[in-house]
Amino acid sequence: MSEDLLTVQGLQAYYQMNYFGVRREVRAVEDITMSVRRNEVYGIAGESSSGKTSFIKVLAAAIRPPLRIIEGSVRYNFDGLSVDVAQAGKAQIEAIRWRHLSYIMQGSMSVLNPVRRIGRIFEDYASRPLELTGEALRERVVAHLGRLKLGPEVLSAYPHELSGGMRQRVTIGLATVCHPQFIIADEPTTALDVVVQKEVLGLIREIQQEMGSSVVFVTHDMSVHANIADRVGIIYAGRLVEEGPTRQMFFAPKHPYTAHLVASLPRIGDTMQRPALEGRPPNLAEPPSGCRFNPRCPLAVDKCRQEAPPLETVAPDHRTACWRWRDVAPLVQPAVKLWERA
Amino acid sequence: MFAVLRDLIRYNIEFAVGLVLVGIIVLYACLSFFSPVDPTQIYLSIPDQPPSAQYWFGTNSRGQDMFWNLSFAFRNTLIFGLIVAAISRVISITVGLLSGYLGGWVDRVLMFINDIFVAVPSFPVLVLFYFVLRSGLNTYSLAAVMAVLGWAYDARLIRSVTLSLKHREFTLHARYSGMSTPKILLQEHLPYVMPIIFATAMANMIWSIGMEVTLAVLGFTNINIPTVGTTLYWANNHSAMVVGTWWWLVIPVVLIVITFIGLFLLAVSLNEYIDPRSRLRRMGA
Amino acid sequence: MTGYLSFVLKRVVQLIGVIAAGVSASFFITHLSPINPVDQAVDRITARSGFRPDAIAELRAALTELYGTDEPLLVQFASFWGRLLQGDLGPSLIAFPTPAMDLVMRALPWTACLLVVTVLITWVVGNLLGGLAGYYQNNRFLKAFGIVTMGLQPVPYYIVAFILLIIFGFLWPVLPISGGFAMNVRMGWSWEFAFSVLQHAILPATSLVLVGIGTWFLGMRALVSNVVTEDYVTYAELAGVRPGRIVRSYVLRNAMIPQLTGLAMSLGGIFSGTVITEEVFNYPGLGSLLIDAVNGGDYGLVLAVSSVSIAAVGVAILVVDLLYPVLDPRVKAE
Ligand SMILES: Nc1ncnc2c1ncn2[C@@H]1O[C@H](COP(=O)(O)OP(=O)(O)OP(=O)(O)O)[C@@H](O)[C@H]1O
Ligand code: SF4
Ligand SMILES: [Mg+2]
Repeated sequence: MSEDLLTVQGLQAYYQMNYFGVRREVRAVEDITMSVRRNEVYGIAGESSSGKTSFIKVLAAAIRPPLRIIEGSVRYNFDGLSVDVAQAGKAQIEAIRWRHLSYIMQGSMSVLNPVRRIGRIFEDYASRPLELTGEALRERVVAHLGRLKLGPEVLSAYPHELSGGMRQRVTIGLATVCHPQFIIADEPTTALDVVVQKEVLGLIREIQQEMGSSVVFVTHDMSVHANIADRVGIIYAGRLVEEGPTRQMFFAPKHPYTAHLVASLPRIGDTMQRPALEGRPPNLAEPPSGCRFNPRCPLAVDKCRQEAPPLETVAPDHRTACWRWRDVAPLVQPAVKLWERA
Repeated sequence: MFAVLRDLIRYNIEFAVGLVLVGIIVLYACLSFFSPVDPTQIYLSIPDQPPSAQYWFGTNSRGQDMFWNLSFAFRNTLIFGLIVAAISRVISITVGLLSGYLGGWVDRVLMFINDIFVAVPSFPVLVLFYFVLRSGLNTYSLAAVMAVLGWAYDARLIRSVTLSLKHREFTLHARYSGMSTPKILLQEHLPYVMPIIFATAMANMIWSIGMEVTLAVLGFTNINIPTVGTTLYWANNHSAMVVGTWWWLVIPVVLIVITFIGLFLLAVSLNEYIDPRSRLRRMGA
Repeated sequence: MTGYLSFVLKRVVQLIGVIAAGVSASFFITHLSPINPVDQAVDRITARSGFRPDAIAELRAALTELYGTDEPLLVQFASFWGRLLQGDLGPSLIAFPTPAMDLVMRALPWTACLLVVTVLITWVVGNLLGGLAGYYQNNRFLKAFGIVTMGLQPVPYYIVAFILLIIFGFLWPVLPISGGFAMNVRMGWSWEFAFSVLQHAILPATSLVLVGIGTWFLGMRALVSNVVTEDYVTYAELAGVRPGRIVRSYVLRNAMIPQLTGLAMSLGGIFSGTVITEEVFNYPGLGSLLIDAVNGGDYGLVLAVSSVSIAAVGVAILVVDLLYPVLDPRVKAE
């Protein structure tokens, strides 16, 4: 069990478009190397349009044109089954899908077929991987829904008859009913109100612990990561800029961007205005040269504009891509209160 | 505007083909301005001549040179189609914008009327008009009646677009800055609706010209005005197929089918250009 | 269920409104014209043979009473509705003294059958092929079919019927091109009659199908290529749901819904097409009857045909509309 469940090596994935003869390329995922261990929750954070969804679409083998893998490998090591998503054929991917690897899409309000009853949808999704039909399948689904605090009556409902929170729990149910070893979730709580959000997060964590699966969890909301993630990775303009154990990321970030994210978290009893990050997020069609964060970075020096910093290990389990990571500490404001709240 | 046109021609083969087909027909119709013969006169040439170097499209049993006669016919038919399209566009824009923007009881009343016009089969109604007007039904009155029958479907389309524009930021801005309703509709919303109007105008022309041909063939229009329909009427009247003057039927049918296909391709490609979703799909290709 | 009931009720009220408005419009179109139907009818009848002047006067008086043309318009309007509701619009002129309504009712089944059969074939086949063409975008046969329909779709009913008539009437005469059944066959429940009816229906039905199928094919193809980008389809594909199931229950099932509305909205146009096609093939339906009535100057018959046509199309639209909530569960909730 020493090997990691997922290993990503030098991954590049671009959107390549051709509209009325005009070529456009969006470099949404640029040279990402990371891994996810067994039985851990790996959180991915980053601002909107930074490429979070694009990255985990590749992880989920949900690549559709115009998104293309340009380089790199995405290797899964399920028990006795090793698959590289970047190389694998259709059949290989089919073999792991839903049985071992499942995906909760961003905006999962719209992933349920509006003209099909929930029960039928579960049949469609789970019958083949579970190798069950009829009453046996139904029993299994009802039991699973029970864990998500949903009664059997939702099976005969149409999606529009359920509330947003219920629908979200149904999609989580769909993704977890086959007990996959690897679950990928893209902002599963963003559209929900705070109370439901908490409940759903608790459910995901619970199910993950019960099944011993690994979860990759995307959200731009740092306080959610504080609650649920074992490790956090920060994506900025398509690059993984820092990665480390959640606690360290909040207390001792080693990248100015992470420091900014942590600093801008709201804190109890805090009346000071948060400094906003100046400048706009970079255009991924023409990213800035060198370190992509340099136009907005308070620590930027000439070297940053010329050469992209590599992702280097700066502490056990902690990697960052910044030429001046040693100088980040003064930027950090204590995040203690937030941590206690969580 | 010109850039859009250029892109469409270069990268949308349907649009290019459609433009060429319609262009050929329009050019041909324009030739009638230089015609050496009067199309309403009969027995000016030897009747029943097959197509030849002298008579490119042959002559008919009424002694007319089909090349020039059809050129006039296409001119009249195209003008007819344009009139119907223009009037019915005005009605559908007015109804669509008002209904979508004002909502409430105005919307309900207009949509009830709209439902009637969508449901009522237009051909029997046109026949009814011919029945009461007889020879009073000339190109213009027929065009007016057809325009009144042919706006409903498109008004619904424009209404749905206006509905979606109504709650957009810029509409609210315009309203809070005190712009009057007609001004908002004309200055802010009409530009968005414009592409739809072009695309539906093509479809409308196909429909109205098709109806005109049908009515004329049955003898339900003024048969002395040369149009594509009346040409076919006279050909049938002289049993062209039986007598063997096939060119009298085949050439106009082929040309009118070319017109329809050309207009249709233009409508389809414009529609695709308008639809943002198909644009996205194209980006993926 | 109460949701559905109130939906039905709303639709029925709407239908009655549409029919009433359409039929009233027909009445006023005919009655506001400067042409006096009595004069017209008298002219037509007397033109055929010599009539004595007193016979003509008698005829004129009878017709005036029949049409009620000497009364104020609104009175005429009221009595028109009264008679229409009793199913009596007076005798026809072209088949005097058969009541106009009888002629209409005799023609109606022919048109209704032709219409129902061709609409069903056209809608089902067109949507199925179009749906598959939208989903399997690289299939060669479906691509070719798409190009052919692109060419056929804009051609009006008359021209297609006419081309078929030329091909099968003159160039390769293998099919009957005129009438509803062969002259030498007796009308009734016999195999011979049924066969003859089918044989005669082939050309009119084919031309209706040829023109109509393109609308559904192209519409469905466009709809499906939008539906396949919906999250619920992408997600099902990702989850490895069986492809056959995805095509049927996820893609086609959803794309079908707007096509049903489309059917309701285009029934009026399809009816017009049927009228025209009937005329070309001399088919004994409402279309041929209408043209005969116009050519014969038969005032009452024209009104009867248009009123019944409007009502029939209205009812057909209602039937289609009522199917809508069956396809779309979201409607019932309203
Ligand atoms: N289908 C697509 N075609 C072209 N470009 C795309 C497509 N999807 C995303 N992009 C572009 O790729 C970049 C990354 O987008 P992505 O969806 O991965 O961001 P994200 O981090 O998930 O943002 P959010 O927090 O808003 O979900 C953006 O610039 C976006 O415009
Ligand atoms: S490398 Fe330079 S620009 Fe980039 S984050 Fe570090 S200091 Fe800032
Ligand atoms: Mg995203």
